[in-house]
Amino acid sequence: MSNASPGQQSRSAPSSQARSAPFLTRLRPARVASYLAQVGPPQGAAEPSESVAALHAHLAETQAPPTLTLAHNTGLAAALRHARYILSENVVTGFAFALFILIVLAALIGPYLLPYDPLASDTASALKPPSAAHWFGTDQLGRDVFSRVVVATRLDFLIAVTSVALVFLMGGLAGVAAGFLGGWTDRVVGRIADTIMAFPLFVLAMGIVAALGNTVENVVLATAIVNFPLYARVARAEANVRREAGFVLAARLSGNGEMRILLAQVLPNIMPIMVVQMSLTMGYAILNAAGLSFIGLGVRPPTAEWGIMVAEGAVFMVSGEWWIALFPGAALMVAVFCFNLLGDGLRDIVDPQRRT
Amino acid sequence: MLKMAAKRMLIAVPSLVGVVIVTFLLTRALPGDPAAYFAGPAATKEAIEQIRVKLGLDKPLYVQFVRYVGDLARGDLGNSLTTGQPVASEIKTRLPASAELTLLGLVVAVSIAVPLGILAATRPNSMIDHLCRVIATAGVSLPVFFTGLILVYVFYYLIGWAPAPLGRLDVFFSPPPHVTGFYLIDSLIAGDGEVFAASLKQLVLPALTLGIFALAPIARMTRASMLAVLASDFVRTARASGLSPMTVVVTYAFRNAMLPVVTTLGMVFSFLLGANVLVEKVFAWPGIGSFAVEALIASDFAPLQGFVLTMAVMYVALNLLIDVLYGIIDPRVRIEA
Repeated sequence: MSNASPGQQSRSAPSSQARSAPFLTRLRPARVASYLAQVGPPQGAAEPSESVAALHAHLAETQAPPTLTLAHNTGLAAALRHARYILSENVVTGFAFALFILIVLAALIGPYLLPYDPLASDTASALKPPSAAHWFGTDQLGRDVFSRVVVATRLDFLIAVTSVALVFLMGGLAGVAAGFLGGWTDRVVGRIADTIMAFPLFVLAMGIVAALGNTVENVVLATAIVNFPLYARVARAEANVRREAGFVLAARLSGNGEMRILLAQVLPNIMPIMVVQMSLTMGYAILNAAGLSFIGLGVRPPTAEWGIMVAEGAVFMVSGEWWIALFPGAALMVAVFCFNLLGDGLRDIVDPQRRT
Repeated sequence: MLKMAAKRMLIAVPSLVGVVIVTFLLTRALPGDPAAYFAGPAATKEAIEQIRVKLGLDKPLYVQFVRYVGDLARGDLGNSLTTGQPVASEIKTRLPASAELTLLGLVVAVSIAVPLGILAATRPNSMIDHLCRVIATAGVSLPVFFTGLILVYVFYYLIGWAPAPLGRLDVFFSPPPHVTGFYLIDSLIAGDGEVFAASLKQLVLPALTLGIFALAPIARMTRASMLAVLASDFVRTARASGLSPMTVVVTYAFRNAMLPVVTTLGMVFSFLLGANVLVEKVFAWPGIGSFAVEALIASDFAPLQGFVLTMAVMYVALNLLIDVLYGIIDPRVRIEA
């Protein structure tokens, strides 16, 4: 292993510190396996064993040692053990993962645990600074900022998740088709991606929401559309290198149609990379949606959403009532920070050589 | 060199065509009736029909498109529904404000990010390397409107160093005579030090906000690219020949590491132009971004369409500029082209 193949050596050029050490490189397949165990089997794979087969092919593709057997790693206990191992080795990712759990919990059960109704105004206690009764203070209508920040988690999280899922469906599938089929599919997808890339992304999102109508659904759609080129390109590049891979040829030889190979063989194989991509763009999706609602698109008052809460608190920033904008803004920042760290961590696990 | 620039311009043509088609489609081919929309909610059926004919919406789509392109060629972006003013002239007067802010933001970002990235790359795993990584991750996580508000609170409300976040110039000053539209440059041309200082004061916070936002990708890319170059053979040779570390890093490594950084600038501009809208709203900056936001609130589509088109054309032009710059930095690109 110490005399790695030339391909691997040239790819690890940018940051060849400790990460290209033989010890760590040998551990990599196991880490991928437990990562897969964490995120569940890839879409399109019927059962775990198939995902492991796909993983094997992926490993063969990236020139990892083929001698490792992964069968004993598929149990739940083993998966947990591996998750713990990875998290203990990478403290920052562990921290981000804990934060992620917290955000998901806040989104799921937060609204049921609140001290106040997030929409109930109480003018008698308007604009009160943080206190024991109101942890994050109250806004101009006397609404409890803490309750509103917690309630907003669900909406912001939902917007980000749906838009990322949507762009995965659109961009991921289009990209795989473009990379695998080539020809006119490739040209059409490439042209669409280029056209979207010709716009400053946030500006295009503004235009789309304004044209389609000022609703939350359109904010989700616009966020997905502006992310389309990113997904299409990654999926295209990953599918392209697998066009003539051994497992594709084998599938074709055993009589599978191109469409079937694309969906059942190539797509599951690029899932690890795509999942990393999704978690890396989650942060951007939340920022984009919050930015749109900050300028008055999508979510309408009095709905609690982080971007619109910052916009409402902006007026009071110059007169010293900092808490109205600070807490939702900080929540937004922490969420995006968490997704970015998590994305970086996942990328390091799945594809350590891309680290910058 | 000129030949390469011309070739790059040809490559930009499809992007421009795409931009025009998309902005056209944004108004015409989408659900909802533009005529009813332009007529307003209280219009009668006849009035809507009249507007439909007047706007040419009764013609087939391709005729409308030809008409739209013709209008664009004459520099006609339509009229604002709320003010009745032509959109093109409004954008023209507001564009310098946005450009001044965006460019200064970029200068702030580059002048912090590039040295930081180089320092981090020359001292891997040191404190400054970790600092670079933290700043790079935190920078992309900060919502730009939030950074702006925090800066306003700290520097205006708490410390009182910055002026109120209300536009380009304090009300006590009158803007310098119009030459470039950039207040900083115009006031220097007019030799008016007071106005220069006043407009600089107004610019510092919004430019800093944009700078913090754009800093992260540049620092990240500088660090990665410098690391790669510093590990290469010619740097080792330069070191072995006994050149001073400073010469090796600045003259040898930095020049070669610049290429990927310049490429990232394209993406950075995409972020900056978008972030510009949010920053202008926070600082009540009278640029095209706040123009678009005002139009958005009033459901006035023509200014918004003009804004999207202007931004996209500017972005295509900037990418073109970056490509040409790339050719100047790296002669190999010129030969290939």
